[in-house]
Amino acid sequence: MSAGRKIFTRPARLAAIAPYVWMVLFFLLPFGFVLKIALSQTAIAQPPYVPVFDLGGGWTAFRDALSNLSLDNFRLIASDDIYMLSYLRSVVVAVASTAMLLAISYPVAYGMSRMPQRSQPIAMILVIVPFWTSFLIRIYAWINILQHDGLLNSALIALHVIDRPLVWLSTDTAMYIGIVYSYFPFMILPLYATLSKLDASLLEAAADLGSSRWKAFWLVTFPLSLPGIGAGVLLCFIPIVGEFVIPDLLAGSNRMMIGQTLWLEFFTNKDWPVASAIAIVLLALLLAPLLIYEKLQRRHLDEAH
Amino acid sequence: MASRALTKLSPFNTISLALGLAFLYVPIVILVIYSFNASRLVTVWGGWSLHWYTEFFNDQAMLSAAWMSLRVGVVSATLATLFGTLAAVALSRGGPFRSRTLFSGMLYAPLVMPEVITGLSLLLLFVATGAERGFWTVIVAHTTLTMCFVTVVVQSRLGAIDKGLEEAAMDLGCGPLRAFVSVTLPLMVPSIVAGWMLAFTLSLDDLVIASFATGPGSSTLPIRIYSEVRLGVKPEINAICTLMIAMVSVVIVAASLASKLSSEQGESAAPL
Repeated sequence: MSAGRKIFTRPARLAAIAPYVWMVLFFLLPFGFVLKIALSQTAIAQPPYVPVFDLGGGWTAFRDALSNLSLDNFRLIASDDIYMLSYLRSVVVAVASTAMLLAISYPVAYGMSRMPQRSQPIAMILVIVPFWTSFLIRIYAWINILQHDGLLNSALIALHVIDRPLVWLSTDTAMYIGIVYSYFPFMILPLYATLSKLDASLLEAAADLGSSRWKAFWLVTFPLSLPGIGAGVLLCFIPIVGEFVIPDLLAGSNRMMIGQTLWLEFFTNKDWPVASAIAIVLLALLLAPLLIYEKLQRRHLDEAH
Repeated sequence: MASRALTKLSPFNTISLALGLAFLYVPIVILVIYSFNASRLVTVWGGWSLHWYTEFFNDQAMLSAAWMSLRVGVVSATLATLFGTLAAVALSRGGPFRSRTLFSGMLYAPLVMPEVITGLSLLLLFVATGAERGFWTVIVAHTTLTMCFVTVVVQSRLGAIDKGLEEAAMDLGCGPLRAFVSVTLPLMVPSIVAGWMLAFTLSLDDLVIASFATGPGSSTLPIRIYSEVRLGVKPEINAICTLMIAMVSVVIVAASLASKLSSEQGESAAPL
Protein backbone atom coordinates (compact mmCIF):
# COMPACT_ATOMS: atom_id res chain seq x y z
CA MET A 1 0.00 0.00 0.00
CA SER A 2 1.86 3.12 -1.10
CA ALA A 3 0.96 6.56 0.21
CA GLY A 4 -0.15 7.70 -3.24
CA ARG A 5 -2.98 5.20 -3.44
CA LYS A 6 -4.44 6.56 -0.27
CA ILE A 7 -4.57 10.00 -1.81
CA PHE A 8 -6.56 8.74 -4.77
CA THR A 9 -9.31 7.46 -2.52
CA ARG A 10 -10.50 11.07 -2.12
CA PRO A 11 -11.40 11.72 -5.77
CA ALA A 12 -12.72 8.16 -5.94
CA ARG A 13 -15.08 8.88 -3.08
CA LEU A 14 -16.18 12.11 -4.73
CA ALA A 15 -17.19 9.96 -7.71
CA ALA A 16 -19.82 8.40 -5.47
CA ILE A 17 -21.76 11.66 -5.07
CA ALA A 18 -23.69 11.68 -8.36
CA PRO A 19 -24.75 8.00 -8.36
CA TYR A 20 -25.43 8.21 -4.61
CA VAL A 21 -27.81 11.13 -4.97
CA TRP A 22 -29.48 9.49 -7.98
CA MET A 23 -30.10 6.21 -6.17
CA VAL A 24 -31.41 7.94 -3.04
CA LEU A 25 -33.80 10.00 -5.16
CA PHE A 26 -35.01 7.28 -7.50
CA PHE A 27 -34.57 4.04 -5.59
CA LEU A 28 -34.74 4.72 -1.84
CA LEU A 29 -37.10 7.69 -1.67
CA PRO A 30 -39.84 6.07 -3.81
CA PHE A 31 -40.27 3.35 -1.17
CA GLY A 32 -41.34 6.11 1.19
CA PHE A 33 -44.12 6.99 -1.23
CA VAL A 34 -45.16 3.35 -1.51
CA LEU A 35 -45.41 3.16 2.28
CA LYS A 36 -47.29 6.45 2.46
CA ILE A 37 -49.86 5.40 -0.11
CA ALA A 38 -50.19 1.93 1.40
CA LEU A 39 -51.37 3.73 4.53
CA SER A 40 -53.86 5.92 2.65
CA GLN A 41 -57.49 5.40 1.81
CA THR A 42 -58.70 4.43 -1.62
CA ALA A 43 -60.64 7.10 -3.48
CA ILE A 44 -62.25 7.46 -6.85
CA ALA A 45 -60.16 10.35 -8.00
CA GLN A 46 -57.09 11.20 -10.03
CA PRO A 47 -54.70 10.07 -8.56
CA PRO A 48 -56.93 7.49 -6.91
CA TYR A 49 -56.09 7.92 -3.23
CA VAL A 50 -56.65 10.42 -0.44
CA PRO A 51 -53.38 12.13 0.36
CA VAL A 52 -52.39 11.38 3.93
CA PHE A 53 -50.62 14.60 4.67
CA ASP A 54 -49.67 17.84 3.14
CA LEU A 55 -46.23 19.03 4.12
CA GLY A 56 -47.36 22.66 3.75
CA GLY A 57 -49.85 22.27 6.59
CA GLY A 58 -47.40 22.62 9.46
CA TRP A 59 -47.18 20.61 12.63
CA THR A 60 -50.91 20.43 13.48
CA ALA A 61 -51.73 19.15 10.03
CA PHE A 62 -48.94 16.63 10.37
CA ARG A 63 -50.30 15.42 13.72
CA ASP A 64 -53.80 15.15 12.27
CA ALA A 65 -52.43 13.21 9.37
CA LEU A 66 -50.67 10.75 11.64
CA SER A 67 -53.95 9.93 13.31
CA ASN A 68 -55.51 9.42 9.88
CA LEU A 69 -52.99 6.78 8.86
CA SER A 70 -54.78 3.54 8.46
CA LEU A 71 -53.72 -0.04 8.36
CA ASP A 72 -56.95 -0.96 6.56
CA ASN A 73 -55.13 -2.00 3.40
CA PHE A 74 -52.89 -4.37 5.33
CA ARG A 75 -55.91 -5.74 7.20
CA LEU A 76 -57.61 -6.32 3.87
CA ILE A 77 -54.59 -8.21 2.55
CA ALA A 78 -54.42 -10.35 5.69
CA SER A 79 -58.13 -11.15 5.71
CA ASP A 80 -58.85 -11.76 2.03
CA ASP A 81 -57.87 -15.18 0.73
CA ILE A 82 -57.14 -13.82 -2.75
CA TYR A 83 -54.01 -12.07 -1.52
CA MET A 84 -52.78 -14.77 0.81
CA LEU A 85 -53.24 -17.43 -1.87
CA SER A 86 -51.32 -15.26 -4.34
CA TYR A 87 -48.38 -14.90 -1.96
CA LEU A 88 -48.47 -18.60 -1.25
CA ARG A 89 -48.59 -19.49 -4.93
CA SER A 90 -45.69 -17.13 -5.68
CA VAL A 91 -43.50 -18.74 -3.05
CA VAL A 92 -44.48 -22.28 -4.11
CA VAL A 93 -43.82 -21.51 -7.79
CA ALA A 94 -40.51 -19.84 -6.95
CA VAL A 95 -39.33 -22.74 -4.78
CA ALA A 96 -40.38 -25.37 -7.34
CA SER A 97 -38.88 -23.59 -10.33
CA THR A 98 -35.65 -22.76 -8.49
CA ALA A 99 -35.30 -26.45 -7.61
CA MET A 100 -35.91 -27.42 -11.24
CA LEU A 101 -33.42 -24.80 -12.43
CA LEU A 102 -30.78 -26.12 -10.06
CA ALA A 103 -31.34 -29.73 -11.15
CA ILE A 104 -31.11 -28.84 -14.85
CA SER A 105 -28.34 -26.24 -14.66
CA TYR A 106 -25.88 -28.11 -12.46
CA PRO A 107 -25.00 -30.80 -15.02
CA VAL A 108 -24.66 -28.16 -17.74
CA ALA A 109 -22.43 -25.90 -15.63
CA TYR A 110 -20.43 -28.95 -14.55
CA GLY A 111 -19.99 -30.01 -18.16
CA MET A 112 -18.85 -26.51 -19.08
CA SER A 113 -16.25 -26.49 -16.32
CA ARG A 114 -14.79 -29.76 -17.61
CA MET A 115 -14.47 -28.60 -21.20
CA PRO A 116 -10.97 -27.92 -22.56
CA GLN A 117 -9.83 -24.58 -21.14
CA ARG A 118 -9.72 -22.95 -24.55
CA SER A 119 -13.34 -23.66 -25.49
CA GLN A 120 -14.83 -22.66 -22.13
CA PRO A 121 -15.22 -18.96 -23.03
CA ILE A 122 -17.17 -19.99 -26.16
CA ALA A 123 -19.54 -22.10 -24.09
CA MET A 124 -19.99 -19.17 -21.72
CA ILE A 125 -20.84 -16.79 -24.57
CA LEU A 126 -23.33 -19.35 -25.92
CA VAL A 127 -25.08 -19.38 -22.54
CA ILE A 128 -25.05 -15.58 -22.20
CA VAL A 129 -26.33 -14.69 -25.69
CA PRO A 130 -29.97 -15.73 -25.05
CA PHE A 131 -29.86 -13.63 -21.88
CA TRP A 132 -29.19 -10.61 -24.10
CA THR A 133 -32.22 -11.26 -26.30
CA SER A 134 -35.49 -9.93 -25.03
CA PHE A 135 -37.32 -11.61 -22.19
CA LEU A 136 -40.59 -11.03 -24.01
CA ILE A 137 -39.25 -12.58 -27.21
CA ARG A 138 -38.24 -15.72 -25.36
CA ILE A 139 -41.70 -16.09 -23.81
CA TYR A 140 -43.30 -15.38 -27.15
CA ALA A 141 -41.16 -18.08 -28.77
CA TRP A 142 -42.71 -20.59 -26.37
CA ILE A 143 -46.24 -19.42 -27.17
CA ASN A 144 -45.47 -20.30 -30.80
CA ILE A 145 -44.47 -23.78 -29.72
CA LEU A 146 -47.08 -24.50 -27.05
CA GLN A 147 -50.28 -23.12 -28.54
CA HIS A 148 -53.14 -25.40 -29.58
CA ASP A 149 -52.05 -25.81 -33.21
CA GLY A 150 -48.44 -25.15 -32.24
CA LEU A 151 -45.28 -27.01 -33.11
CA LEU A 152 -45.22 -29.25 -30.05
CA ASN A 153 -48.68 -30.65 -30.76
CA SER A 154 -47.91 -30.98 -34.48
CA ALA A 155 -44.68 -32.82 -33.72
CA LEU A 156 -46.30 -35.15 -31.20
CA ILE A 157 -49.13 -35.96 -33.61
CA ALA A 158 -46.70 -36.55 -36.45
CA LEU A 159 -44.78 -38.94 -34.22
CA HIS A 160 -48.04 -40.68 -33.26
CA VAL A 161 -47.44 -40.03 -29.57
CA ILE A 162 -50.87 -38.41 -29.28
CA ASP A 163 -53.80 -38.46 -31.71
CA ARG A 164 -55.35 -35.10 -30.90
CA PRO A 165 -53.83 -31.84 -29.69
CA LEU A 166 -53.18 -31.46 -25.97
CA VAL A 167 -53.67 -28.22 -24.09
CA TRP A 168 -50.25 -26.81 -23.19
CA LEU A 169 -50.77 -23.07 -23.17
CA SER A 170 -52.41 -21.47 -20.13
CA THR A 171 -51.29 -24.27 -17.85
CA ASP A 172 -48.81 -24.45 -15.01
CA THR A 173 -46.61 -26.67 -17.18
CA ALA A 174 -46.25 -23.87 -19.72
CA MET A 175 -45.47 -21.39 -16.95
CA TYR A 176 -42.76 -23.61 -15.46
CA ILE A 177 -41.22 -24.14 -18.90
CA GLY A 178 -41.21 -20.38 -19.42
CA ILE A 179 -39.66 -19.63 -16.03
CA VAL A 180 -36.99 -22.32 -16.28
CA TYR A 181 -36.17 -21.22 -19.82
CA SER A 182 -35.92 -17.52 -18.92
CA TYR A 183 -33.82 -17.94 -15.78
CA PHE A 184 -31.60 -20.74 -17.10
CA PRO A 185 -28.52 -18.54 -17.71
CA PHE A 186 -28.95 -16.88 -14.29
CA MET A 187 -28.48 -20.27 -12.63
CA ILE A 188 -25.77 -21.64 -14.93
CA LEU A 189 -23.39 -18.69 -14.70
CA PRO A 190 -22.84 -18.52 -10.92
CA LEU A 191 -22.57 -22.33 -10.79
CA TYR A 192 -20.03 -22.31 -13.60
CA ALA A 193 -18.10 -19.47 -11.92
CA THR A 194 -17.45 -21.56 -8.80
CA LEU A 195 -17.05 -24.92 -10.55
CA SER A 196 -14.45 -23.58 -12.98
CA LYS A 197 -12.31 -22.25 -10.11
CA LEU A 198 -12.19 -25.63 -8.44
CA ASP A 199 -8.67 -26.76 -7.64
CA ALA A 200 -7.99 -29.92 -9.67
CA SER A 201 -5.39 -31.16 -7.19
CA LEU A 202 -8.15 -31.66 -4.60
CA LEU A 203 -9.86 -34.18 -6.86
CA GLU A 204 -6.54 -35.85 -7.57
CA ALA A 205 -5.89 -36.09 -3.86
CA ALA A 206 -9.32 -37.65 -3.36
CA ALA A 207 -8.56 -40.16 -6.13
CA ASP A 208 -5.14 -40.92 -4.63
CA LEU A 209 -6.80 -41.63 -1.33
CA GLY A 210 -9.08 -44.13 -3.03
CA SER A 211 -12.29 -42.21 -3.67
CA SER A 212 -14.38 -43.20 -6.63
CA ARG A 213 -15.29 -40.40 -9.05
CA TRP A 214 -18.80 -40.34 -7.69
CA LYS A 215 -17.66 -40.19 -4.09
CA ALA A 216 -15.10 -37.52 -4.91
CA PHE A 217 -17.85 -35.47 -6.50
CA TRP A 218 -20.07 -35.62 -3.40
CA LEU A 219 -17.25 -35.13 -0.91
CA VAL A 220 -15.20 -32.50 -2.76
CA THR A 221 -16.85 -30.88 -5.78
CA PHE A 222 -20.37 -30.49 -4.45
CA PRO A 223 -19.50 -28.91 -1.07
CA LEU A 224 -17.06 -26.52 -2.75
CA SER A 225 -19.74 -25.42 -5.22
CA LEU A 226 -22.18 -24.42 -2.45
CA PRO A 227 -21.38 -20.67 -2.76
CA GLY A 228 -22.29 -20.86 -6.44
CA ILE A 229 -25.49 -22.72 -5.61
CA GLY A 230 -26.39 -20.07 -3.05
CA ALA A 231 -25.79 -17.22 -5.50
CA GLY A 232 -27.73 -18.93 -8.29
CA VAL A 233 -30.65 -19.82 -6.03
CA LEU A 234 -31.02 -16.23 -4.78
CA LEU A 235 -30.52 -14.76 -8.24
CA CYS A 236 -33.46 -16.85 -9.47
CA PHE A 237 -35.69 -17.16 -6.42
CA ILE A 238 -36.10 -13.46 -5.56
CA PRO A 239 -37.22 -12.17 -8.98
CA ILE A 240 -39.37 -15.26 -9.66
CA VAL A 241 -41.46 -14.55 -6.53
CA GLY A 242 -42.41 -11.19 -8.03
CA GLU A 243 -42.64 -12.42 -11.63
CA PHE A 244 -45.44 -10.95 -13.72
CA VAL A 245 -44.91 -11.43 -17.46
CA ILE A 246 -44.32 -15.20 -17.56
CA PRO A 247 -47.37 -16.30 -15.51
CA ASP A 248 -49.48 -13.68 -17.24
CA LEU A 249 -48.71 -14.94 -20.74
CA LEU A 250 -48.23 -18.66 -20.15
CA ALA A 251 -50.25 -19.75 -17.10
CA GLY A 252 -54.01 -19.96 -16.80
CA SER A 253 -55.85 -17.02 -15.31
CA ASN A 254 -57.65 -18.84 -12.50
CA ARG A 255 -54.77 -18.71 -10.04
CA MET A 256 -52.49 -15.72 -9.83
CA MET A 257 -49.03 -15.00 -8.55
CA ILE A 258 -48.61 -11.92 -6.38
CA GLY A 259 -47.00 -9.90 -9.18
CA GLN A 260 -50.16 -10.45 -11.26
CA THR A 261 -52.42 -9.52 -8.33
CA LEU A 262 -50.46 -6.31 -7.80
CA TRP A 263 -50.67 -5.50 -11.52
CA LEU A 264 -54.42 -6.19 -11.53
CA GLU A 265 -55.09 -4.02 -8.46
CA PHE A 266 -53.02 -1.23 -9.91
CA PHE A 267 -53.90 -1.14 -13.60
CA THR A 268 -57.37 -2.71 -13.72
CA ASN A 269 -58.94 -1.93 -10.35
CA LYS A 270 -57.02 1.35 -9.97
CA ASP A 271 -56.67 0.59 -6.28
CA TRP A 272 -53.29 2.17 -5.66
CA PRO A 273 -53.30 1.90 -1.85
CA VAL A 274 -53.93 -1.85 -1.94
CA ALA A 275 -51.33 -2.32 -4.69
CA SER A 276 -48.83 -0.40 -2.54
CA ALA A 277 -49.66 -2.49 0.52
CA ILE A 278 -49.12 -5.65 -1.57
CA ALA A 279 -45.72 -4.30 -2.61
CA ILE A 280 -44.73 -3.51 0.99
CA VAL A 281 -45.66 -7.02 2.19
CA LEU A 282 -43.83 -8.57 -0.79
CA LEU A 283 -40.76 -6.51 0.04
CA ALA A 284 -40.91 -7.62 3.68
CA LEU A 285 -41.19 -11.22 2.51
CA LEU A 286 -38.10 -10.85 0.32
CA LEU A 287 -36.06 -8.76 2.73
CA ALA A 288 -34.05 -11.63 4.21
CA PRO A 289 -33.06 -13.20 0.85
CA LEU A 290 -32.34 -9.71 -0.52
CA LEU A 291 -29.96 -8.92 2.34
CA ILE A 292 -28.18 -12.26 1.97
CA TYR A 293 -27.86 -11.70 -1.78
CA GLU A 294 -26.48 -8.21 -1.23
CA LYS A 295 -23.89 -9.56 1.21
CA LEU A 296 -22.82 -12.32 -1.21
CA GLN A 297 -22.56 -9.86 -4.07
CA ARG A 298 -20.46 -7.46 -2.01
CA ARG A 299 -18.13 -10.21 -0.87
CA HIS A 300 -17.82 -11.53 -4.43
CA LEU A 301 -16.90 -8.13 -5.87
CA ASP A 302 -14.59 -7.18 -3.00
CA GLU A 303 -12.75 -10.50 -3.22
CA ALA A 304 -11.55 -9.59 -6.70
CA HIS A 305 -9.27 -6.96 -5.17
CA MET B 1 -3.80 -25.28 -13.90
CA ALA B 2 -6.46 -27.71 -14.88
CA SER B 3 -5.12 -31.22 -14.97
CA ARG B 4 -6.10 -33.64 -17.67
CA ALA B 5 -8.38 -35.51 -15.29
CA LEU B 6 -10.49 -32.41 -14.66
CA THR B 7 -10.94 -31.33 -18.24
CA LYS B 8 -11.99 -34.68 -19.60
CA LEU B 9 -15.59 -34.68 -20.74
CA SER B 10 -17.49 -37.80 -19.83
CA PRO B 11 -20.40 -38.85 -22.10
CA PHE B 12 -22.72 -37.56 -19.37
CA ASN B 13 -21.06 -34.12 -19.51
CA THR B 14 -21.33 -33.98 -23.29
CA ILE B 15 -24.99 -34.98 -23.32
CA SER B 16 -25.99 -32.49 -20.63
CA LEU B 17 -24.12 -29.71 -22.44
CA ALA B 18 -25.76 -30.55 -25.75
CA LEU B 19 -29.24 -30.78 -24.23
CA GLY B 20 -28.75 -27.55 -22.30
CA LEU B 21 -27.68 -25.58 -25.35
CA ALA B 22 -30.46 -27.13 -27.47
CA PHE B 23 -33.01 -26.10 -24.84
CA LEU B 24 -31.65 -22.54 -25.00
CA TYR B 25 -31.53 -22.22 -28.77
CA VAL B 26 -34.24 -24.34 -30.39
CA PRO B 27 -37.16 -22.00 -29.49
CA ILE B 28 -35.28 -18.95 -30.78
CA VAL B 29 -34.28 -20.70 -34.02
CA ILE B 30 -37.89 -21.78 -34.60
CA LEU B 31 -39.06 -18.21 -34.05
CA VAL B 32 -36.55 -16.86 -36.57
CA ILE B 33 -37.43 -19.47 -39.20
CA TYR B 34 -41.15 -18.86 -38.84
CA SER B 35 -40.72 -15.11 -39.26
CA PHE B 36 -40.01 -15.91 -42.92
CA ASN B 37 -43.15 -18.02 -43.25
CA ALA B 38 -45.48 -16.90 -46.03
CA SER B 39 -48.52 -18.46 -44.40
CA ARG B 40 -50.84 -16.44 -42.19
CA LEU B 41 -51.18 -19.42 -39.87
CA VAL B 42 -48.20 -19.42 -37.58
CA THR B 43 -47.76 -23.17 -37.63
CA VAL B 44 -48.41 -23.99 -41.28
CA TRP B 45 -45.35 -23.60 -43.45
CA GLY B 46 -46.28 -21.71 -46.61
CA GLY B 47 -42.85 -21.14 -48.12
CA TRP B 48 -40.27 -18.39 -47.63
CA SER B 49 -41.43 -14.81 -47.62
CA LEU B 50 -40.52 -11.36 -46.34
CA HIS B 51 -44.20 -10.48 -46.08
CA TRP B 52 -44.24 -10.00 -42.29
CA TYR B 53 -41.26 -7.68 -42.45
CA THR B 54 -43.02 -5.37 -44.90
CA GLU B 55 -46.06 -5.61 -42.65
CA PHE B 56 -43.95 -4.34 -39.76
CA PHE B 57 -42.44 -1.51 -41.76
CA ASN B 58 -45.95 -0.36 -42.68
CA ASP B 59 -47.23 -0.52 -39.09
CA GLN B 60 -47.02 3.11 -37.94
CA ALA B 61 -47.88 2.43 -34.28
CA MET B 62 -45.27 -0.32 -34.04
CA LEU B 63 -42.63 1.81 -35.76
CA SER B 64 -43.15 4.78 -33.47
CA ALA B 65 -42.95 2.47 -30.44
CA ALA B 66 -39.68 1.07 -31.80
CA TRP B 67 -38.34 4.58 -32.33
CA MET B 68 -39.30 5.54 -28.78
CA SER B 69 -37.55 2.41 -27.43
CA LEU B 70 -34.37 3.18 -29.37
CA ARG B 71 -34.23 6.77 -28.10
CA VAL B 72 -34.95 5.73 -24.52
CA GLY B 73 -32.32 2.99 -24.81
CA VAL B 74 -29.56 5.29 -26.08
CA VAL B 75 -30.20 8.10 -23.58
CA SER B 76 -30.73 5.89 -20.52
CA ALA B 77 -27.79 3.61 -21.35
CA THR B 78 -25.52 6.65 -21.65
CA LEU B 79 -26.67 8.10 -18.32
CA ALA B 80 -26.48 4.67 -16.68
CA THR B 81 -22.95 4.13 -17.97
CA LEU B 82 -21.85 7.50 -16.59
CA PHE B 83 -23.33 6.95 -13.12
CA GLY B 84 -22.56 3.24 -13.02
CA THR B 85 -18.89 3.79 -13.86
CA LEU B 86 -18.57 6.52 -11.22
CA ALA B 87 -20.17 4.21 -8.67
CA ALA B 88 -17.81 1.36 -9.62
CA VAL B 89 -14.77 3.62 -9.22
CA ALA B 90 -16.01 4.79 -5.82
CA LEU B 91 -16.69 1.24 -4.64
CA SER B 92 -13.42 -0.30 -5.76
CA ARG B 93 -11.00 2.62 -5.27
CA GLY B 94 -12.72 4.73 -2.61
CA GLY B 95 -11.70 2.54 0.31
CA PRO B 96 -14.08 2.30 3.25
CA PHE B 97 -16.28 5.36 3.60
CA ARG B 98 -19.28 6.13 5.72
CA SER B 99 -22.56 4.68 4.40
CA ARG B 100 -20.66 2.58 1.88
CA THR B 101 -22.90 -0.35 2.87
CA LEU B 102 -26.02 1.67 2.08
CA PHE B 103 -24.46 2.76 -1.21
CA SER B 104 -23.57 -0.75 -2.36
CA GLY B 105 -26.90 -2.04 -1.07
CA MET B 106 -28.80 0.46 -3.21
CA LEU B 107 -26.71 -0.60 -6.20
CA TYR B 108 -27.00 -4.37 -5.79
CA ALA B 109 -30.62 -4.67 -4.65
CA PRO B 110 -32.22 -3.59 -7.98
CA LEU B 111 -30.40 -6.48 -9.72
CA VAL B 112 -32.84 -8.94 -8.17
CA MET B 113 -35.67 -6.68 -6.96
CA PRO B 114 -38.97 -7.79 -8.55
CA GLU B 115 -39.76 -5.34 -11.31
CA VAL B 116 -43.33 -4.76 -10.15
CA ILE B 117 -41.99 -3.23 -6.91
CA THR B 118 -39.43 -0.98 -8.61
CA GLY B 119 -41.95 0.10 -11.23
CA LEU B 120 -44.72 0.85 -8.75
CA SER B 121 -42.45 2.85 -6.43
CA LEU B 122 -41.11 4.99 -9.28
CA LEU B 123 -44.60 5.67 -10.59
CA LEU B 124 -45.78 6.81 -7.16
CA LEU B 125 -42.77 9.14 -6.98
CA PHE B 126 -43.58 10.61 -10.39
CA VAL B 127 -47.23 11.13 -9.48
CA ALA B 128 -46.38 12.69 -6.11
CA THR B 129 -43.96 15.15 -7.68
CA GLY B 130 -46.32 15.94 -10.53
CA ALA B 131 -43.84 14.88 -13.20
CA GLU B 132 -45.46 14.46 -16.61
CA ARG B 133 -45.15 10.79 -17.48
CA GLY B 134 -43.69 9.81 -20.84
CA PHE B 135 -40.27 9.81 -22.49
CA TRP B 136 -38.27 11.32 -19.61
CA THR B 137 -39.85 9.33 -16.80
CA VAL B 138 -39.07 6.09 -18.65
CA ILE B 139 -35.49 7.30 -19.05
CA VAL B 140 -35.20 7.98 -15.32
CA ALA B 141 -36.64 4.54 -14.53
CA HIS B 142 -34.34 2.71 -16.95
CA THR B 143 -31.27 4.65 -15.85
CA THR B 144 -31.98 3.66 -12.24
CA LEU B 145 -32.32 -0.01 -13.11
CA THR B 146 -29.50 -0.38 -15.63
CA MET B 147 -26.80 1.64 -13.85
CA CYS B 148 -26.65 -1.16 -11.28
CA PHE B 149 -25.72 -3.66 -13.99
CA VAL B 150 -23.10 -1.26 -15.34
CA THR B 151 -21.63 -0.90 -11.84
CA VAL B 152 -21.26 -4.66 -11.43
CA VAL B 153 -19.65 -5.15 -14.86
CA VAL B 154 -17.20 -2.25 -14.45
CA GLN B 155 -16.45 -3.03 -10.80
CA SER B 156 -15.53 -6.63 -11.51
CA ARG B 157 -13.19 -5.44 -14.28
CA LEU B 158 -11.63 -2.82 -11.99
CA GLY B 159 -10.98 -5.52 -9.42
CA ALA B 160 -8.99 -7.48 -12.00
CA ILE B 161 -6.81 -4.53 -13.04
CA ASP B 162 -3.44 -4.64 -11.33
CA LYS B 163 -3.14 -1.70 -8.96
CA GLY B 164 0.63 -2.05 -9.25
CA LEU B 165 0.43 -0.33 -12.65
CA GLU B 166 -1.08 2.75 -11.05
CA GLU B 167 1.53 2.69 -8.30
CA ALA B 168 4.30 2.39 -10.88
CA ALA B 169 2.93 5.45 -12.69
CA MET B 170 2.96 7.34 -9.41
CA ASP B 171 6.51 6.26 -8.66
CA LEU B 172 7.40 7.73 -12.04
CA GLY B 173 5.97 11.08 -10.95
CA CYS B 174 2.29 11.02 -11.90
CA GLY B 175 -0.23 12.41 -9.46
CA PRO B 176 -2.75 9.83 -8.23
CA LEU B 177 -5.60 11.23 -10.33
CA ARG B 178 -3.43 11.43 -13.43
CA ALA B 179 -2.18 7.89 -12.82
CA PHE B 180 -5.76 6.65 -12.64
CA VAL B 181 -6.89 8.53 -15.74
CA SER B 182 -3.92 7.66 -17.93
CA VAL B 183 -3.29 4.08 -16.77
CA THR B 184 -6.42 2.49 -15.32
CA LEU B 185 -9.14 4.30 -17.27
CA PRO B 186 -7.95 3.03 -20.69
CA LEU B 187 -7.92 -0.50 -19.26
CA MET B 188 -11.52 -0.01 -18.10
CA VAL B 189 -12.82 1.02 -21.52
CA PRO B 190 -13.88 -2.46 -22.72
CA SER B 191 -15.94 -3.02 -19.59
CA ILE B 192 -17.49 0.45 -19.91
CA VAL B 193 -18.46 -0.36 -23.51
CA ALA B 194 -19.86 -3.72 -22.42
CA GLY B 195 -21.76 -1.98 -19.62
CA TRP B 196 -23.32 0.48 -22.06
CA MET B 197 -24.43 -2.33 -24.35
CA LEU B 198 -25.89 -4.34 -21.50
CA ALA B 199 -27.77 -1.25 -20.27
CA PHE B 200 -29.04 -0.58 -23.80
CA THR B 201 -30.37 -4.11 -24.34
CA LEU B 202 -31.93 -4.21 -20.86
CA SER B 203 -33.72 -0.95 -21.59
CA LEU B 204 -34.86 -2.22 -24.98
CA ASP B 205 -36.16 -5.36 -23.26
CA ASP B 206 -38.00 -3.95 -20.26
CA LEU B 207 -41.77 -4.24 -20.17
CA VAL B 208 -42.86 -4.04 -16.54
CA ILE B 209 -40.99 -0.96 -15.32
CA ALA B 210 -41.72 0.94 -18.54
CA SER B 211 -45.44 0.14 -18.21
CA PHE B 212 -45.49 1.83 -14.82
CA ALA B 213 -43.24 4.73 -15.75
CA THR B 214 -44.77 5.76 -19.05
CA GLY B 215 -47.87 7.81 -19.67
CA PRO B 216 -50.69 7.50 -22.15
CA GLY B 217 -49.66 7.81 -25.77
CA SER B 218 -46.01 6.95 -25.37
CA SER B 219 -45.55 3.19 -25.67
CA THR B 220 -42.22 1.47 -25.91
CA LEU B 221 -41.75 -1.50 -28.23
CA PRO B 222 -42.13 -4.17 -25.50
CA ILE B 223 -45.37 -2.53 -24.28
CA ARG B 224 -46.70 -2.58 -27.83
CA ILE B 225 -45.59 -6.19 -28.46
CA TYR B 226 -47.09 -7.27 -25.14
CA SER B 227 -50.50 -5.85 -25.98
CA GLU B 228 -50.39 -7.56 -29.40
CA VAL B 229 -49.30 -10.90 -27.92
CA ARG B 230 -52.13 -10.80 -25.40
CA LEU B 231 -54.53 -10.68 -28.34
CA GLY B 232 -52.95 -13.76 -29.88
CA VAL B 233 -49.99 -14.82 -31.95
CA LYS B 234 -49.32 -12.67 -35.01
CA PRO B 235 -46.65 -13.57 -37.57
CA GLU B 236 -45.64 -9.90 -37.67
CA ILE B 237 -44.40 -10.25 -34.09
CA ASN B 238 -42.06 -13.04 -35.25
CA ALA B 239 -40.54 -10.60 -37.74
CA ILE B 240 -40.10 -7.86 -35.13
CA CYS B 241 -38.53 -10.33 -32.72
CA THR B 242 -36.13 -11.54 -35.41
CA LEU B 243 -35.09 -7.96 -36.14
CA MET B 244 -34.48 -7.37 -32.42
CA ILE B 245 -32.44 -10.58 -32.17
CA ALA B 246 -30.41 -9.49 -35.20
CA MET B 247 -29.76 -6.12 -33.61
CA VAL B 248 -28.71 -7.65 -30.29
CA SER B 249 -26.40 -10.05 -32.13
CA VAL B 250 -24.70 -7.12 -33.85
CA VAL B 251 -24.30 -5.45 -30.46
CA ILE B 252 -22.77 -8.61 -28.97
CA VAL B 253 -20.32 -9.03 -31.85
CA ALA B 254 -19.32 -5.39 -31.41
CA ALA B 255 -18.93 -5.92 -27.67
CA SER B 256 -16.71 -8.96 -28.07
CA LEU B 257 -14.60 -7.08 -30.63
CA ALA B 258 -14.29 -4.24 -28.12
CA SER B 259 -13.18 -6.62 -25.41
CA LYS B 260 -10.63 -8.21 -27.78
CA LEU B 261 -9.08 -4.76 -28.17
CA SER B 262 -7.97 -4.95 -24.58
CA SER B 263 -5.06 -7.32 -24.24
CA GLU B 264 -5.93 -9.59 -21.34
CA GLN B 265 -9.57 -9.47 -20.33
CA GLY B 266 -8.72 -11.21 -17.08
CA GLU B 267 -11.63 -12.72 -15.31
CA SER B 268 -14.55 -10.51 -16.10
CA ALA B 269 -17.54 -11.97 -14.38
CA ALA B 270 -20.61 -12.58 -16.46
CA PRO B 271 -22.80 -9.52 -16.92
CA LEU B 272 -24.84 -10.23 -13.84
